[in-house]
Amino acid sequence: MSQIIWNGLFVGSFYALVALGYSMVYGIMKLLNFAHGDLYMLGAFIGFGLLVSFSGFTATLSLVALLVVLLLSMVGTGLAGVVIERVAYRPLRGAPRLSLLITAVGASFALEYGMRIVAGPNPEVYPVRLGGSSVHVLGAQIGIAQLVLIVIAIGLMVGLNAMVMRSRQGRAMRAIALDPVAARLMGVDVNRMIAIAFFIGSALAGAAGVMAGAYYGSITFLMGFIIGLKAFTAAVIGGIGNFKGAMLGGVVLGLLESFGTHYLGGQWRDVFAFAFLILFLTVRPTGLLGERVTERV
Amino acid sequence: MANRAVRLLRSRWIGPIGLFAGLIGPVLIATPYAMNVMTSALIFVMLAVGLNIVVGQCGLLDLGYAAFFAVGAYTSGILATRLHWPLLATIPAVIVVTLVAGIVVGGPTLRLRSDYLAIVTLGFGEIIRITANNLDITGGPEGIYGIPSLSIAGHELSDPVVFYYVVLVIVAAAVLGANRLVRSRLGRAWRYIREDEDAAEAMGVHTYRVKLAAYIAGAIWGGLAGVLFGAQLSAISPASFTFLQSALVLMAVVLGGMGSTPGVVIGALFVTMLPEALRGLADYRYFAFGVLLIVVMVLRPQGLWPARRREPDRTARRSTVEGIR
Repeated sequence: MSQIIWNGLFVGSFYALVALGYSMVYGIMKLLNFAHGDLYMLGAFIGFGLLVSFSGFTATLSLVALLVVLLLSMVGTGLAGVVIERVAYRPLRGAPRLSLLITAVGASFALEYGMRIVAGPNPEVYPVRLGGSSVHVLGAQIGIAQLVLIVIAIGLMVGLNAMVMRSRQGRAMRAIALDPVAARLMGVDVNRMIAIAFFIGSALAGAAGVMAGAYYGSITFLMGFIIGLKAFTAAVIGGIGNFKGAMLGGVVLGLLESFGTHYLGGQWRDVFAFAFLILFLTVRPTGLLGERVTERV
Repeated sequence: MANRAVRLLRSRWIGPIGLFAGLIGPVLIATPYAMNVMTSALIFVMLAVGLNIVVGQCGLLDLGYAAFFAVGAYTSGILATRLHWPLLATIPAVIVVTLVAGIVVGGPTLRLRSDYLAIVTLGFGEIIRITANNLDITGGPEGIYGIPSLSIAGHELSDPVVFYYVVLVIVAAAVLGANRLVRSRLGRAWRYIREDEDAAEAMGVHTYRVKLAAYIAGAIWGGLAGVLFGAQLSAISPASFTFLQSALVLMAVVLGGMGSTPGVVIGALFVTMLPEALRGLADYRYFAFGVLLIVVMVLRPQGLWPARRREPDRTARRSTVEGIR
């Protein structure tokens, strides 16, 4: 039982990290960034490229090297997110929402199959594999690497929360989320803030990608598709646009899946998660922590 | 009669010309390969026209359209192979099942913001594919094989050319049907919702019901296309119903021009035929499709062959009252 809960918490922290970026972009622009899951994939591949090209150093200091690679991959995916926003979303601001959703699908497609051209269709094996020793707590087997990854994830989330709640930029972002026009009248550089939000959200997804690559050991160009969907599910469960909700939703989804896998079998895990999404939307579309969301006129 | 009906298409000549091109196609090339490609293209046209009702007319983004395609294909496939129904007899069952699927997915989500629908349909597409992959009755990853071809009064229509013409007739009827639906009172309500949902609601359009109608119509078109797909290949497997398939149909609709029936037909032909022409560049084609989606939306959101927004002169004249002009 405690093993199931632990597995759920572990997977949930990945979902939470990706869901945060989703929720952040959604909160500010009211845009579902379909390419978000693919930025996770991009992060995993950037990390992979870095690790392969510096494989001489990583053999000894695997965890430290992994941290450096993590940071560099975050910068890389962050920049990619900014470019996507600039090319695919900004020209369409003010256009009907349908066109934005379609360019988002286009961006996701371009990322996936662009990566397929670069890296080939076959899965790649991550050069650093986190495994190693584990401890037993309350009957659950807990890997040290898992603990480290969870600590990193929590650190990133706490950092983001502090940034949004305390800093000037964070205040500007919250202002844009409430009312972009009024925020602009108050002297907020809306374009810049949206670019920053994209940078941070994408960087978080990239971090999750590197961590997933190092933990699971294998990456493919389509790995972002399912996780993007899961992150959205997590964001909806928590209340989309709400940071704490995204984290809570990620953990809840992770636990649900863990129990679902245990009782129904692994092949039904994704079906269970998405069926739960549909069910959840009928019962409580605003999520656990969300406020009433209405279509903007 | 058929000719008169075709004439009712939005533009006077495009319908007959398209049908004529479809009719003489096999006369020009009748190699098995060409027939196969052309039949697939026709089935794809049917999918695109169905999705156009949802996306182009009503402005709802459906990213799991392949799910309905799969539901149709599997329903008819299971009934035909396990219960030995003739394929045509499965059509009513397919309509009922896709209708129920449309209500199950659309019912809860259409009450919410429109972008929820996009992602829920994406999830639904995965649910259907994974379910088909895991169940015994759907044949698991191998799928269903040995689906009989269409037969009318005991005559098998399995000859490629004959089958092509049968598909052509069915797809032409589907295109026509969609077009009639689009020009009806319901179709006007769909476009009204697409342009301004609040105004539509204020004018007394029951937006939820009308959106659900669009969604279900799209589902049924997709399901029927699935029947044809099963009949053509005689085997179906979950691998045919991935997100890629949904995205390609969407690509056809967006590229051709959302809301424009001739545009969508051209878009569907483009999306199916072009990869055949550019076989060597297969690796780049999905990447190119992604980029093309962005480029089209940014530079030419109305698509290659946009819908005519104005009423044509000949019908407008009829509805103007003398003296008020």
